[in-house]
Amino acid sequence: MAFVTANWNPLGEAFYRKTELYEMGWNLKDGLRDCLLAAAPYGGPIALLKEPQRRSPSSRPQLEIYSASGVTMASFLWKSGVVRQLGWTVCDDLLCIQEDGTVLIYDLFGSFKRHFSMGNEVGQSQVVEAKVFHSPYGTGVAIVTGASRFTLATNIDDLKLRRLPEVPGLQGAPTCWAVLTQDRQSKVLVANGGDLFILDYTACTAVNPPGLSPQASSIVHMCVSFSYKYLALFTDSGHVWMGSANLKEKLSEVETKVRNPPKQMAWCRRPKSRQPSVVIMWDRHLLVVGEGKDTISYHLEDDSILVPEMDGVRIINGTNHELLQEVPASCEEIFKIASMAPGALLLEAHKEYEKESQKADEYLREIKEQGLLAEAVRQCVEAAGHEQEAETQKTLLRAASFGKCFLSNFPPELFVIMCRDLRVLNAVRDYTVGIPLTHTQFKQMTVQVLIDRLVYRKLYPLAIEICRYLKTPEYQGVSRVLKHWACCKVQQKEESDEVIARTISLKLGEAAGISYSEIATKAYECGRTELAIKLLEFEPRSGEQVPLLLKMKRSQLALSKAIESGDTDLVYTVVTYLKNEMNRGDFFMTLRNQPVALSLYRQFCKHQEQDTLKDLFNQDDDHQELGNFYVKASYKEKRLEARVAHLQSAVDEYNKAKNEFAAKATEEEMRLLRFQKKLEEEKAIEPLAIAVRMHTEIQGITIGVTEHCISLFADDIIFFLSKLKTSIPNLITLIEKFGRFSGYKINNSKSVLIDMEGAADAAIERRNEGEISTILSRCSPTTDRALVERLNRAKSTAAKK
Amino acid sequence: MAQSGRRDAPELPDFSLLKRLARDQLIYLLEQLPGRKDLFIDADLMSPLDRIANVTTLKQHEVDKLYKVELKPIVSTADQLCFLIRPRIQTVKWISDVVNLDKAAGRLRRYKIIFTPQKFYACEAVLEEQGVFGDVTCDEWAFYLLPLDDDIISLELPEFFRENFLEGDQRWVGAAGGALRLIHSLYGPFSKVYGIGQCAKMVYESWREQVEDGEQKTQQPEIGNVFLIDRDVDFITPLCSQVVYEGLVDDIFRIKCGSVEFGPEVTSSDKSIKVMLNSQDKVFNEIRNEHFSNVFGFLSQKARNLQTAYDKRRGMDIQQMKAFVSEELKGLKQEHRLLSLHIGASECIMKKKTKQDFQELLKTEHSLLEGFEVRECVSFIEEHINRQISMIDSLRLLCLLSLTENGLLPKDYRSLKAQYLQSYGIEHLLTFSNLKQMGLLVEQQPGETLTVMESKVGKLVNDKTAGKLTDAFSSLAKKSNFRALSKRLVLIPKSGEEYDLRVPRDMAYIFSGAYVPLSCKLIEQVLERDGWTGLEEITRMLNGHEFAVSGGANGTESRIKADSQRIVLVMFLGGCTYSEISALRFLGRERGYKFIVVTTAITNSGRLLEALLDNHP
Repeated sequence: MAFVTANWNPLGEAFYRKTELYEMGWNLKDGLRDCLLAAAPYGGPIALLKEPQRRSPSSRPQLEIYSASGVTMASFLWKSGVVRQLGWTVCDDLLCIQEDGTVLIYDLFGSFKRHFSMGNEVGQSQVVEAKVFHSPYGTGVAIVTGASRFTLATNIDDLKLRRLPEVPGLQGAPTCWAVLTQDRQSKVLVANGGDLFILDYTACTAVNPPGLSPQASSIVHMCVSFSYKYLALFTDSGHVWMGSANLKEKLSEVETKVRNPPKQMAWCRRPKSRQPSVVIMWDRHLLVVGEGKDTISYHLEDDSILVPEMDGVRIINGTNHELLQEVPASCEEIFKIASMAPGALLLEAHKEYEKESQKADEYLREIKEQGLLAEAVRQCVEAAGHEQEAETQKTLLRAASFGKCFLSNFPPELFVIMCRDLRVLNAVRDYTVGIPLTHTQFKQMTVQVLIDRLVYRKLYPLAIEICRYLKTPEYQGVSRVLKHWACCKVQQKEESDEVIARTISLKLGEAAGISYSEIATKAYECGRTELAIKLLEFEPRSGEQVPLLLKMKRSQLALSKAIESGDTDLVYTVVTYLKNEMNRGDFFMTLRNQPVALSLYRQFCKHQEQDTLKDLFNQDDDHQELGNFYVKASYKEKRLEARVAHLQSAVDEYNKAKNEFAAKATEEEMRLLRFQKKLEEEKAIEPLAIAVRMHTEIQGITIGVTEHCISLFADDIIFFLSKLKTSIPNLITLIEKFGRFSGYKINNSKSVLIDMEGAADAAIERRNEGEISTILSRCSPTTDRALVERLNRAKSTAAKK
Repeated sequence: MAQSGRRDAPELPDFSLLKRLARDQLIYLLEQLPGRKDLFIDADLMSPLDRIANVTTLKQHEVDKLYKVELKPIVSTADQLCFLIRPRIQTVKWISDVVNLDKAAGRLRRYKIIFTPQKFYACEAVLEEQGVFGDVTCDEWAFYLLPLDDDIISLELPEFFRENFLEGDQRWVGAAGGALRLIHSLYGPFSKVYGIGQCAKMVYESWREQVEDGEQKTQQPEIGNVFLIDRDVDFITPLCSQVVYEGLVDDIFRIKCGSVEFGPEVTSSDKSIKVMLNSQDKVFNEIRNEHFSNVFGFLSQKARNLQTAYDKRRGMDIQQMKAFVSEELKGLKQEHRLLSLHIGASECIMKKKTKQDFQELLKTEHSLLEGFEVRECVSFIEEHINRQISMIDSLRLLCLLSLTENGLLPKDYRSLKAQYLQSYGIEHLLTFSNLKQMGLLVEQQPGETLTVMESKVGKLVNDKTAGKLTDAFSSLAKKSNFRALSKRLVLIPKSGEEYDLRVPRDMAYIFSGAYVPLSCKLIEQVLERDGWTGLEEITRMLNGHEFAVSGGANGTESRIKADSQRIVLVMFLGGCTYSEISALRFLGRERGYKFIVVTTAITNSGRLLEALLDNHP
């Protein structure tokens, strides 16, 4: 405790400290030599591939997964192709990027999840280098091929490959490159010798870092800060250039006097940090470079790697795991030697108080006089958060709580929350769990994500305890953990369905927001249909059960559940599914037992498939409905025969349905239709005749009191007309008008126009007495007098003969 | 009478919010398809849409031309087509045809279908079947509720009635539940929900489910109680001739979406005039709930008042005249215009309704309701049919006869049906089959008296194990028990007493004092008793399915704001008539309630029966 500052090193105005997190639990023969290694940020797991270049089938490389404390989580022989790069996704999945552009995804325990490819063209040219990066859109992968082309995928869960434009003058692999996320787009920054380019989806732009020292002829290494806000470049002249990532601003440039290209470089910042600094690592040498001229230099005993974090850099080597960070302001104020900051005084006061010395009062007075007690408490609480050692945390918190006693209106939340957070943090930092989160990281990451991480590691009891301790709402906390637990449980092949179903229902009980259907889906995916059905029975919302039941081909059950849910769309989904799955008979039988589904399907058939509707009624022996169906169908028919045929079917059905009334009515309708047709066919001429007779402009021949106009015969008509100038045109228009409806028209070739005089002449010529008398009898007072006389004369001559 | 009853009735919530919500959402959806576009609108969405967003609003959002959906090939030159439709298979099929035609012609267009109030899987299935699923984008416009007036909200789903009650298709239940949820989230939480009818129960459950899924928030409730009622609980009321002014206007001129088009015979010019009928219209607001016999008196009084107001200007000096012209004249002119319209409408109604026929029709209806002189009624109906007076009215009388008499005698059933078919056409065979299925027009089962039926039905309904009732039984169960019901609920005021229609005693005034509407009586009874206790016998006769649920645990909280407790939302599933609304308004005035009527659509006897016709080829 007394030596809190022992590992502090000054750099400019700030201090840096390197604290040990773990002694690694792994046992590596050669340390990290000849290894491909990837460690996830936020104290995530470490993946290690030994001798990745080995290709022969006899000696395959070993892929191992460890927690941050070096506890083995998985280990298996690598049997796929040559791995270029390992990386972790945001949800703790391992990405293995192979030379041929295939990316394989494994979970924390080394079981294969899926794979995808970075594009076909990669196949020949091979991946030269690859990088895994994180952005607000998820985890991304960027590769550069032997043909010097970059391909980028911003989010591997929603894979969209972007082939970036060519970099001018680039042959083979670039000297160094990095991925940036700017303006909601991922870009690649490439250095080729002394040239620097920014590649986005559309263009390749040459850029110049402002104020880069002129001695440098080539950029040999670069790194981007955790937040993508800052960029550091290492040049062959041994200079480190630091500036903003948009290359608009230079922060500083420092000469390191080392000209070798570094092995790794990482930004070592923290939110609100005093100065930008970069950690540069060579083989056995670690250098912290800040704004000023001075640097901190550490010697490394072993091969190490740097893991950048948002508030520092973790250094992992074969035996140790350390955290290098800028000392937070509150810690610095409290622990700096001879500090007179209120926090430091409060800590001192508390120490004296423990010793039962009156000096405690003096210190307290001093703080209180300046009115800084609240500030002091705040400092102590904050500093406690930044300390790794439980003892130091306790001392600081005790001091804070001591100080709080002398304050009347100090809000308690700050202190309470910090105590809680620290308890959680200490629990996950534990060697067996191995998640070395700092308080800053924890706040950034949120409890939800931490719970997720624990769940991924199958640390269910711890996760549940944390949820309960932090009083997370059940829906987000305990229930979620339990769901994952259950999903994991159903995968345990050695236990029987019965046992698992019982254990799960026992444990999950009535926990809020549990979706049994999700668990059941998982069980089904593992090939345990029976178990899935058992689990589904626990699902309270019947609608949720349907999709899975369908997937499991329990369609009958799905149908009844869908109906139970009252969601017609769901019912309809099941019905369409059934329609395609089953043969017709079974399908109809199923529907028959479910009136809701049946009426829904009927509605559909009415519009789409009339014939199915008929079959449906047939199946049910629903003669009444069948009858109605035929009646309806008859409306649509234009032709009488078809119409009558439909109606006859309707009559048969009505008879079967014992609906005599309907049968009789339909029969009458048929008779009516036939009769009407008959009328139409036979007597279509009748209306014309009436119209002719009624027409005022068509003058007939009046004999006696009756006016003769028209005579109808079996297949022809005779008109008797006078006043022909008006009558004939009117008659023709009338015939044309009626012809439009009936189809009758004047047959010109067969029609004869007989005028009275002509007839008379003909008769006179033939001297036929009978004929002449007939014509005479037809004569009326309107007939030409001359003609009558001629006729009379001819008659008498004929009689004489 | 308008001012009688309690004066402390609470204020109604402001429903214009619903309109704003719907409009904003529609605009948002239209902007999802940027650029100029032609909009095709389902015919029956035209008027509702007009109330939400007028043509100028649409044009502002780059709608080029507006077309009515006519299920015919389209003529449009736009590159983007937007369809605003109800989720009907027919319409969707037509859209698929349009898309396929364009495809065949090699024409590239963008299509967007906006379903309202929701889309159905069946519609998407049609798109898929027709192979155009990928060519169109679908959206939902959650336009559930259209406020027609201060206290009337309509879902504008006339097909709800036929599809739910006749075809047994429950797909609109979810929409009704959604509507209820919307009201609940804006004006709730409700403290008590009552309901009767199978559909009401399903709507209630659907609503509960939707509420549970969404987040809960607590706010001051503006609506306290909710009453859900199925149309098939009470068919008699909508089948009676309406004699309240608003109902009459609806019966004769057909109010469409809160507005009516008065033809030349009313306007006494050669133009038709479209008038909005709501509480904004001062003249209408005062006569809408009046029995028609009072309307003329009122209107002439009003005319006299108007005249005196006009007359005021005589003997005014310049200053006064100026004030009169600037302040009062406009209002007077407006009132004048409305007054002349309503007088015209009343005259037109008078012409139609004071005929001997109508009086006899009313008399027959009243006899049917009272159950007197049934034989005379039957012969009146026969005559009505044979004279072919009106296809719908004949059917209406038949249904009333069947409902009040618990089915027709077999002899009458057959002969009336035969005469009807001979008068109006064989196609009505299907109509009769529909009516039978609905229990509207049935044959009395021979040898069974009312009481036997009653007990049998009761047993059937109560016997839970029976579960699925076969068709025959369910048609039995649908038997109306009107006589018994009217006796128990005193629906028929004692005849012989003079009923002064100017000073109504009870809700019966809406039917000239002959009948208290069953639906409204039920609401009154349940609100009075705060539940269904004591009404067991009645619910049994109505086929049960009644429920009364107290809302969330915060019962005490809602009691604080007692005003909201007296605001009652009545939801009619399957439509309600203006007469019923008038009756509820009367009830509200008497008991200090305010009723808000939510209905799937405004209905009347004509619409109700037309929905059940099957005579169109």
